[in-house]
Amino acid sequence: MSETPLFLVTLRLADDALILGHRLSEWCGHAPVLEEELALANLGLDLIGQARSLYTYAGEIEGRGRDEDRLAYLRRENEYRNALLVEQPNGDFAVTMVRQLIYSAFMHPFHRAMAASKDATLAGVAAKAEKEMAYHVRHSAEWVIRLGDGTEESHRRAQDALNALWPYAGELFEVDAPMRAAIEAGFVPDPESLRATFDATLAEVLAEATLTLPKLGSFQSGGRAGRHTEHMGFLLAQLQYMQRTYPNAAW
Amino acid sequence: MGVAVSLDLERQRAEAWAAAADVCDPEVPVLTIADLGVLRDVRIENGRVEAVITPTYSGCPAMNLIALNVEVALEEAGFTDVKVTTVLSPAWTTDWMSEEGKQKLAAFGIAPPKGKAGRRALFGEEVVACPRCGSADTQKVSEFGSTACKAHWRCRACAEPFDYFKCI
Repeated sequence: MSETPLFLVTLRLADDALILGHRLSEWCGHAPVLEEELALANLGLDLIGQARSLYTYAGEIEGRGRDEDRLAYLRRENEYRNALLVEQPNGDFAVTMVRQLIYSAFMHPFHRAMAASKDATLAGVAAKAEKEMAYHVRHSAEWVIRLGDGTEESHRRAQDALNALWPYAGELFEVDAPMRAAIEAGFVPDPESLRATFDATLAEVLAEATLTLPKLGSFQSGGRAGRHTEHMGFLLAQLQYMQRTYPNAAW
Repeated sequence: MGVAVSLDLERQRAEAWAAAADVCDPEVPVLTIADLGVLRDVRIENGRVEAVITPTYSGCPAMNLIALNVEVALEEAGFTDVKVTTVLSPAWTTDWMSEEGKQKLAAFGIAPPKGKAGRRALFGEEVVACPRCGSADTQKVSEFGSTACKAHWRCRACAEPFDYFKCI
């Protein structure tokens, strides 16, 4: 009963935002320049803010008394439903920026469409997130262009990043049974309806960046069902450390 | 009798609004939450005062403190049954910032948001006047500044760095 389509899609959106926000937070103290340090922390903060609203709402839908902290910190790895893309390690700066571009080029039109959701809370989260995603796209696009159309070394790294991460882009468009039910109920947009916008954003940025998309026959998937890559356990060990060590610690 | 009661309620509501509206943004202390458009509503029902606030950005870390400060301000104004509610919708926009708020920002050395919020995602540049010398010969250093709501700019005329309150 608890895993209704509305609960599941809300949880997936929350997990995507939390895990990518956490990845960005790992750059704190390590970014290449001060401005970028602030930028990455800002982007991460937006995502964690979105995740908080979504977890709180998921807990209300579920009705079992789980709040945002319990959902964020006290689940097992196979209970996280984020896309595999967002848990991929930061790698070098090119990897971080290509990952951000793929995610935000998808989520910007997603939130724009979800702002018209029949679910008032999801619509409210999306109307705010759309504004934030707009500058996430802009920031990551500008960097991907600078790196791709930069030196021989930066071009090589940006192309390597794209080759490594592109197999994870397809999962964003995946529609399984609960997702289909949520689309039909008018809670979330059909990802297929966003494909043209996503493709156009990527094409414009990559052309400018002199980068090329690898040709793929299939894509990686499993995150939505809780089957993660080998990186997820390490990420959660760090993310959950405080709650596991000091259960119920609060700010 | 009925008229007197509703007038009394109206006066109480005005007092409660004034108390809540006086709370400052902890990150931009020259602006009140009313100047910012963060305070959306104050209502009184069955003796309980409810103040409704909305975050500027999803992850704005100042929201908890703002909510607490509103509660304290209302209690100091003599209201005992107080509640602060956070809403996300409609989404906050810099278009809600009062003219007075924009002037206070500029006087404080932060360039106020310029023009209307747009939906541009890719590329394009804004022209922002330096809050110190007024020159339009300025340059964006980074879209991300000391807080989520500000960008980092510099003026090429007076050579001073400055914050720009982003337009969203």
